[in-house]
Amino acid sequence: MTVDFGYRTLAVQRRGWSGIASLRAALVTLALAAATVIGVVVSISTGTYDIPLDEVVGGLLGTADGGTVLVVREWRMPRALLATLLGVALGMSGAIFQSLTRNPLGSPDVIGFSSGSYTGALIVILVTGGGYYAVAAGALVGGVVTALVVFVLAYRRGVQGFRLIIVGIGVSALLAASNTYLMLRATVEEQLTAGVWGSGSLNGLSIAELVPVALVMLVLVPAVLTLSPALRVLELGDDAAGSLGSRPTSIRLAAIVLGVALVALVTAAAGPIAFIALVAPQIARRLTRSAGVGLIAAGVTGALLLVISDFLAQRLFAPLQLPVGIVTVSVGGVYFVWLLVRETRRR
Amino acid sequence: MIVSKDVTAMTASAPAMTSRLHAADVTIGYDRRVISERLDVRIPDGSFTVIVGPNACGKSTLLRSLARLLKPADGEVLLDGRAIAAMPAKALARQVGLLPQTSLAPDGIVVADLVSRGRYPHQGLIRQWSVDDARAVAAALAATNTTELSARLVDELSGGQRQRVWVAMALAQETPILLLDEPTTFLDIAHQIELLELFRRLHKEGRTLVAVLHDLNHAARYATHIIAMKDGQVVAEGEPKDIVTAGLVREVFGLDCVVVPDPVAGSPLVVPLGSATLS
Repeated sequence: MTVDFGYRTLAVQRRGWSGIASLRAALVTLALAAATVIGVVVSISTGTYDIPLDEVVGGLLGTADGGTVLVVREWRMPRALLATLLGVALGMSGAIFQSLTRNPLGSPDVIGFSSGSYTGALIVILVTGGGYYAVAAGALVGGVVTALVVFVLAYRRGVQGFRLIIVGIGVSALLAASNTYLMLRATVEEQLTAGVWGSGSLNGLSIAELVPVALVMLVLVPAVLTLSPALRVLELGDDAAGSLGSRPTSIRLAAIVLGVALVALVTAAAGPIAFIALVAPQIARRLTRSAGVGLIAAGVTGALLLVISDFLAQRLFAPLQLPVGIVTVSVGGVYFVWLLVRETRRR
Repeated sequence: MIVSKDVTAMTASAPAMTSRLHAADVTIGYDRRVISERLDVRIPDGSFTVIVGPNACGKSTLLRSLARLLKPADGEVLLDGRAIAAMPAKALARQVGLLPQTSLAPDGIVVADLVSRGRYPHQGLIRQWSVDDARAVAAALAATNTTELSARLVDELSGGQRQRVWVAMALAQETPILLLDEPTTFLDIAHQIELLELFRRLHKEGRTLVAVLHDLNHAARYATHIIAMKDGQVVAEGEPKDIVTAGLVREVFGLDCVVVPDPVAGSPLVVPLGSATLS
């Protein structure tokens, strides 16, 4: 028996495993993934000196000359793959928070993560003077502790999306004030270090950073996908979710933990990269024309956005290398204006 | 006029009644505010049970605890003698479904997508859209007369249509027991009757239904079993013709009325006295 969804669907109905997706969503996701792969290849082949496509392949396989292999394998490929993975993490994290808060402006920031990680990084820079791993650890601890505090303060017989947003705004404002205070006490060098870290950048990242990121993603992404059906049900409200055999409070807690873990990974690896988490799920939703926010589509969109942004950050004012965070903020700003114009016209 | 009697004495006790769903000596409430203390309610199998009572009498809390949305502070809700609190969430959701008072439809969702989410308790990680799922969703759409609406956006439907779609979602869950929390509130009278007729049909097909209704006359006409509650306790229960009396309405709602036979269905019809008098 078939059900008319009003759009064409792609269904698999075997004994044991089955699934259904909108054909459009599947095709759009595939197209976005293909565009991401192209973006990665283009990023690898362009730079201070350009590498033709066949030599990119040779560089990856190790058959090209030593210089090309070094540039491709050690520098450009890890950076492009990091952009892909971190983009997936940001897109999925944004999708999780937008699904939980049922709000297109939901992002990991609602739970105070970015302000908290900035506070953590600042404290480490002021105390120890910096260092990649020390600052990363400081940001991680600051962000996670803040998220925890917001969650506990918002907890009252479970956590509702709206209360989370309100408490998150309050705690973020407090932290922003203390961040300003810390910056005023810092020396010029410390301010510079904090500024560079705070704009979020993939500059200078290599295979040493790629491997741990890839390993963490290997754990987080399947966990997030496992949660996906429960999140779809949670979007119907707690009562409906509860009577459908989901446990809203535990699902929400698990989703927040995973969403924070994803954004924490990005912040630790590259500093705060703004706006991708916010815009990727909404762009994906509009492209796939699906209800609610799709985790996979949002992740792939995030990857494409970050790969393009990082390409622009490297090439726009070459040889000057911009932090990718500056590019994503600009892109995000344009998106915001577009969204506001569109929403006001509709009224 | 029907003479007022001691209503508690009328609590019907059908000897052969079997009951899968049983709130056994439960104390329920929110935080520290107790709403019902040591309440004992059995839902007769195969019945269309309607819970009535004034606002804040604890009827919705009872329904919520039957669906495990609210954990009793004391006592247990039992299904087939097993505590539902100890059952796996999805296993319970394959036996007992609930149409909540308030639900949210995600932006841009079409009817078929919403109804298919009712299949959640039957699905697993790699079993997301089985032949059974498709059949159950199609059957739920057909039963609620929403098959033609399946490709429409839920946001664009009228109130009556939307409520039928939510009923379809609960039906897609395919539970032998279905709880309905004030399903007719906010609908006009034609849509209320349409929905109640649908519930009667579902009941005739063999489901056990438990509904919280505000309209006593609807309860009297459609229920096979009425539970009247006041201040968190059951005041009377039984067949409508046995328990819906002027005395009960006075005791439960504090309202003076006459009860006459419904000219169409023959069930008790409550006519409030108010300040009107027959001249």
